[in-house]
Amino acid sequence: MKCRVCRGPAVIDVRRHNANFCAEHFVKLCRDQVAKAISEFNMLQPDDRVLIAVSGGKDSLALCDILDHLGYRVEGFYISLGIGEYSKESRGYVERFASQRDLPLIIDDLPIDYGFDIPHGSRAAKRAPCSACGLSKRHLFDEAARKGGYDVVATGHNLDDEAAVLMGNTLHWHTEYLGRQAPVLPAHDGFPKKVKPLVRLTERDTAAYCLLRNIDYMVEECPMAAGNRHLFYKSALNDIEVSSPGAKHSFYFGFLQRAAQHFADAAGQEMPAIRACSQCGAPCSSETCAFCRLVDRATAPVPIRMKPSRSSTKVKT
Amino acid sequence: MIVKMRNPNREVEIDRSMAVGDLLTTLDLNREAHLVIVDGQLVPRDMVLSRDSVVEIRPVISGGSL
Ligand code: SF4
Ligand SMILES: [Zn+2]
Ligand SMILES: [Zn+2]
Repeated sequence: MKCRVCRGPAVIDVRRHNANFCAEHFVKLCRDQVAKAISEFNMLQPDDRVLIAVSGGKDSLALCDILDHLGYRVEGFYISLGIGEYSKESRGYVERFASQRDLPLIIDDLPIDYGFDIPHGSRAAKRAPCSACGLSKRHLFDEAARKGGYDVVATGHNLDDEAAVLMGNTLHWHTEYLGRQAPVLPAHDGFPKKVKPLVRLTERDTAAYCLLRNIDYMVEECPMAAGNRHLFYKSALNDIEVSSPGAKHSFYFGFLQRAAQHFADAAGQEMPAIRACSQCGAPCSSETCAFCRLVDRATAPVPIRMKPSRSSTKVKT
Repeated sequence: MIVKMRNPNREVEIDRSMAVGDLLTTLDLNREAHLVIVDGQLVPRDMVLSRDSVVEIRPVISGGSL
């Protein structure tokens, strides 16, 4: 295997580009792809202050490294979710990465700042863990951006993530979600602008990028993720990709270029009026925002269920 | 060779040499979803792994184990 650019020994094959690359030129390919996505979708301006959601995984750390290399002013935002060892370890990866690279880092701690963790809080609030977790992450990320005055927030969603979401939305014809699925969400009603600069890279690309750049990332997965549908779609798409290289890319980018516009109406109809949450002031569409309602339910004292006493079983009418 | 896999952690032994690409096929692992690493370095698909190598196969799919 030889590098397409320099003809030196290659370390990786990228079948959707029909090419192999050495370490140096693969790293350059990844950065070029991110720069291309940024300009294609008008994601960032040169002097933007960018807040990056970091988890300690390969995607968010690769994103920090690439945006920093492209010259953007980046800061990291990490949320400790209280998911046992997983949260402790992932925080370690983020803190080591940030201190090695002088990356300014903001940390929110769900158990300390809000009094609940994802495993217990989601049970108390009768929500699926990932749903409570996603809601909390979006809320805290938006809030950090608003309070810190950042121009834009960036997440490490890659091509596999976006193609898997698209597949789920298409299989179930969630037209309102299809209308909103985009690599850039403009700022609106107090919500920050959101961008996904890694949409032109696969998960294999970001993992290889981290290895080649000596970025130590957390390989272990969140224990709550096992068996979720998102993973199932990713694996189905990778099965297709093996026999049809480039399929994920054309599925997602073909959708953006030729199909997304047809769902714009479905997305628009559902947009409710925005006001401020009565508890935290965040923009929301009801009296109290979904996060404050989650906090209330997740931290409510648990009622003790009593066995029916004799007298109460007798009182039958 | 000794092959270490993650999520969950496990090990298999293969008593012959083979190319990286063939190793993934033998173990029925999707080439888009895994990287092969020897001594902390990424190795290309056509590299032949000797019988005494220690190899890590790392899944790259986030959102849980596969
Ligand atoms: S897998 Fe679910 S619970 Fe775990 S970090 Fe992701 S969204 Fe949160
Ligand atoms: Zn090269
Ligand atoms: Zn609120």
